[in-house]
Amino acid sequence: MKPGPTWSYDDAPLKPRFRSQGGKQGSDGARGRSVAAYALLVVPFVFLLIFYFYPLVGIARASLLGLDHLDLAPLMARLISPGILRVIRFTFWQALLSTVLTLVLALPGAYVFARYRFPGKQMIQALVTVPFVLPAVVVAAAFNTVLGPTSGLSRWLGVDLRYTLAAILIAHVFYNYAVVVRMVRGFWSTLDPYLEEAARTLGASPWRVFWEITLPLLLPVVVTAGALVFIFCFTSFGVVLILGGPRFATLEVEIYRQTINFANLPLAAALSLMQILFTLVMTSVYARLQRHISRPLELKPQWATERSPRTPLEIGFLAVNILVMVVLLALPLLTLVIRSFGAGLQYYATLFEDSRQGVFYVPPLAAVGNSLKIALMTTGLALALGLMTSLATYRRGSSWLIDALFMLPLGTSAVTLGLGYLLTMDRPPLALRGTVALIMFAHTLVALPFVVRSILPSLQSIQPNLREAAALLGASPVRVLAEVELPIAWRALAVGAVFAFTISMGEFGATSMIARPEMPTIPVAIYRFLSRPGSLNYGQALAMSTILMVVCVVGFVAIERLRPPGPQAF
Amino acid sequence: MTFLEIDAICKTYDGAPLLRDVSLSVERGEIISLLGASGSGKTTLLRIIAGLEVSESGRVLLDGQDMTHIPVHQRGVVLMFQEYALFPHRTVAENVGFGLRMQGRPRSEIQARVSEMLGLVGLAGFDGRSVVQLSGGERQRVALARSLAPEPGLLLLDEPLGSLDRNLRERLLEDLALILRRVGVTAIVVTHDQTEAFSLADRVALLHDARVVQVGAPETIYRRPATPWVARFLGLTNLLPAVRVARDQVDTALGSLSLDSAQWTVGTASTDGYGRGIVLIPPWGIHLTDEGARANVFTATVSRAIFQGRTTELWLRTGETTLALTLELTDGTPRVGAAVRVWIDPGTLCWFQSDPEAPPDAVTQMRS
Repeated sequence: MKPGPTWSYDDAPLKPRFRSQGGKQGSDGARGRSVAAYALLVVPFVFLLIFYFYPLVGIARASLLGLDHLDLAPLMARLISPGILRVIRFTFWQALLSTVLTLVLALPGAYVFARYRFPGKQMIQALVTVPFVLPAVVVAAAFNTVLGPTSGLSRWLGVDLRYTLAAILIAHVFYNYAVVVRMVRGFWSTLDPYLEEAARTLGASPWRVFWEITLPLLLPVVVTAGALVFIFCFTSFGVVLILGGPRFATLEVEIYRQTINFANLPLAAALSLMQILFTLVMTSVYARLQRHISRPLELKPQWATERSPRTPLEIGFLAVNILVMVVLLALPLLTLVIRSFGAGLQYYATLFEDSRQGVFYVPPLAAVGNSLKIALMTTGLALALGLMTSLATYRRGSSWLIDALFMLPLGTSAVTLGLGYLLTMDRPPLALRGTVALIMFAHTLVALPFVVRSILPSLQSIQPNLREAAALLGASPVRVLAEVELPIAWRALAVGAVFAFTISMGEFGATSMIARPEMPTIPVAIYRFLSRPGSLNYGQALAMSTILMVVCVVGFVAIERLRPPGPQAF
Repeated sequence: MTFLEIDAICKTYDGAPLLRDVSLSVERGEIISLLGASGSGKTTLLRIIAGLEVSESGRVLLDGQDMTHIPVHQRGVVLMFQEYALFPHRTVAENVGFGLRMQGRPRSEIQARVSEMLGLVGLAGFDGRSVVQLSGGERQRVALARSLAPEPGLLLLDEPLGSLDRNLRERLLEDLALILRRVGVTAIVVTHDQTEAFSLADRVALLHDARVVQVGAPETIYRRPATPWVARFLGLTNLLPAVRVARDQVDTALGSLSLDSAQWTVGTASTDGYGRGIVLIPPWGIHLTDEGARANVFTATVSRAIFQGRTTELWLRTGETTLALTLELTDGTPRVGAAVRVWIDPGTLCWFQSDPEAPPDAVTQMRS
C-alpha cells in the first residue's frame, strides 16, 4: 500500500460543528428521519461486508487452511522461518529509520512554516504537499532515475544507490516530509509565541526555551506525526518493491512475492493476517495519540504568530530549509520529467505505438484506457456510496460506530486487500477474479473513506436552522436536500470526486495483485516497464510516470481550490 | 538617579510610524503608567524595553547600561503578558518558580519563594494545581507571582487587568496596586484605562500618535492636560474654539472669558501663545450661580438635560450656539427651557494654541 493520503490530520472535521437536532427530540419526524438514515446505510454497509470483511475472513481461513481442529502450530511453523523473521525485522527497522530521518528533516521545516512569513510561502507550502499525493510507482520511478547509475548524484558519489536501504529511506522521507510538516506546522502555528517570550523574559536562554517550553508542548503532535509516518513506512509497498530490488522485502512486498511469484497463498495469507494485526495495533495506538494532541491552550490564529525572519541566522536557517525542500522534493520530480524527455518526444510517441513484444505485452495506450475507465467508474461508485454514508451519518447526528466502520479500510493495506480478493472472489456469485469490476471495487473501497471525509464535514457545517427554515417554508426533506444541502456541499462533493479519481489512477498495491496481465492499469504498466531491460522501456516508464504525475498534481490543485474553507482533513 | 532611560526610540510598522522619538525616564522604585488608545504603540514600547522587539533607532539604558546588545534573558526585565502566557504544561508552582529555576537557585529556596509569592497574591496552597483549571482572576495572580518571584530589576505589565471582566477588574486593581507598592518593584504598566493608570502609577505617560504627549503625576495630567487630545482622552469634552486676545482673556461663542494663567504650572508651549486656539472648561470649573452680571457669568437656555447619576449633562444654548456642558450638580436639575446663569472659574480653564499649520476649521471639527 502506498503511504498515500490516508489519514486525517486532525479529527476536528469528524465532529459536527453544529449538532444536528434530528433524532434527539424523539418526535415522529425525527424518528422517521432516523429510519430513513439507516435505510440509506444499507447499500454502503453491504458493500463493506462483501468487499472488505468477507475478503478478510477469506485471509483468515486461508492462513488456517488444512487445519482440522484449531491448531496454530502449522501456521507458526510457516511464519517462524529465518527468511520471514528477517522480513519482519527489516519491516520494523526500515520504518523506524525512515520515521526518525523524516522527523529530523521535517521538524525544522515545520518550524519555518509555522513561524516565518516569507515571499512564496504559499507556493512552497503547496509544493511540499505534492509528493504526498503522488502514486508510489511515480515516486519510485523518479528516485530510480535520480539514484540510478546515469544520474549526476550517483556519478558524484561513485555508487549506484538503487536497490539499497538508502534508496528506500530517501523515498520514504520524500513521501512523509509533508505529513510531518503539515501536522506539526498546523499545531505549532497556533502555539502562543508569548509563552516562549514569557520564558525568555523570565531568564531562559533560547536553548532552554526550546527544551522547557516549545518541545514539551509540541511533543504530543510530534509523536503522533511520527506514529503516522511509521505506519505509512511499515505498510509501504511500491517504493520498497521497485527501489529495494530483490534484496529487500517488507511484509507487504513479501505477501506480493509469495502470491505472484511463488503462488504460496497459505503463507501469503498468514503474512497478511500478521500484517492486519500489526496495523490494527499501530492504528489504535495512533488513534489514542491523536486524541491527546489538543491541549486546552489558548490557540492563536496563524497570522498572529508568524513574522518575517530578521537576523542573518534566521534568514540562513530559512534558506537551508527551503534548500532541503527543493533538493529533496522538487529535484526528483524535475529529474523525472526532464529524463522522460531524454529522447525528445520519442518516449511519449512510442506510448501510442502497438509493438507487441511478448504474450503479455499490452500497448501503453490500453493501460491508459483501462485506468481512465476504472477511475471514472470508481469515482461514480465511491461518490454514490460516500454520499449515502455521509447523509446517513449526518442525519443521525454523528455516530462513532459508523465513523469507525467506514474508516476501517484506511487501516488495511492494499496488498492484503488484493490477496483477500484473490482468495474469495473466484466463486459464483462473486466470480469477479480478473474482471475490471473487481479492480473498481478495490479502488472504491480505498477511496471511500476519503470521499466520506470530504463530504461529511461540509454537510455537518450546515447550521440546523437552515434546514428548519427551509422546512418551515414548505420544503419536503427531499427538496431540502436538493435546494439547500447539496448546493451548499457541492464543493465537498467535487473534492470527494477528485479524491476518488486520483486515488484510483494511482492505486498500485491492490491492483498489482488482482489485475490480469493483459489488463494493466497505468501504475502496473509503469512497474512492468521499469522491471524490463532496455532504455526504451525505461523511457516509456518515465513518460507514463510523468503523465500520471501531472494527473495527480492537477487533481491535487483542484482539491486545494475546491476544498471548503475550514480545518483540513485528508 | 534615573534607573531606566528610554532614549529617542523610533519604530515603524509596515511603513507607518509606531513610535517617534519616544523618550522617558523612570526612577528606581517608581511605577509609571503608559496610557494611550489601542494601537498607540504602548505594547511595542514595552516589548522593545524587554528586548523582544528591536527599535530602528534609539537606546534603552538600564541602570546606566546600554541594553541594545543584551539578550532578553539576561536583562532582568520581566514582562507580564496581557493573556498571562502561563505555561499550560506546568503546575502553578512550576510556573511561579520558572524564573528562579532559570537563575539556578537551589530547590529549597525556590520552594520557599514560590510559597511566599503565592501567599502574597492570595493563592496560598495552589501549588500543585494545573494552570488550565484556574479562573481568569487566578491566572492573573499566578502571572503576577511568576513575574515577581525572580525579583526583576524592572517589571513590565501589559494591560494587567485587560483580560478580566469589569467587576473582577475593579477588585483586582486595588490588590495589584497594593502588591506592587509592597514589593517596591520598579514597574511600567501599559493600559488604555485611565482609572487603572491613575490608581497604579506615580506618574503617567500619555502616548498618542506615536509620541509621548505628556508625562506627569495623575492629578497634574487631569487638571492640566497638555493638548486638546489629552483632554478628550481623559473625558474632558468641554472644548470650545477660542481666540486668545490678551494674556488672560479669550473670546468664545459664549462670549469673552477670563483665564488665570498664573495658575498654570505646566510650562508647555501650548499654554503660551495667542490667536486661534481651544479653551477647555472642565466640569468642576462650571457653577450654576444667582449672581448678576460680572466676568465669566453667562445666561443660557437649557435645551436638554441628561441625568447621569452623579453628573448631569446640560445642553445650553446661547444665541446661535449650542454647547454641551457636563456639570456636577448637588441640587435639582434645571428644567428644559429654563434660563440659567453659570459662572466659569477662571483658575480651572486651560488654553491650547491651535497648530498654525492646521486649517481654520480644525477647531470646530474637534467638537464633533
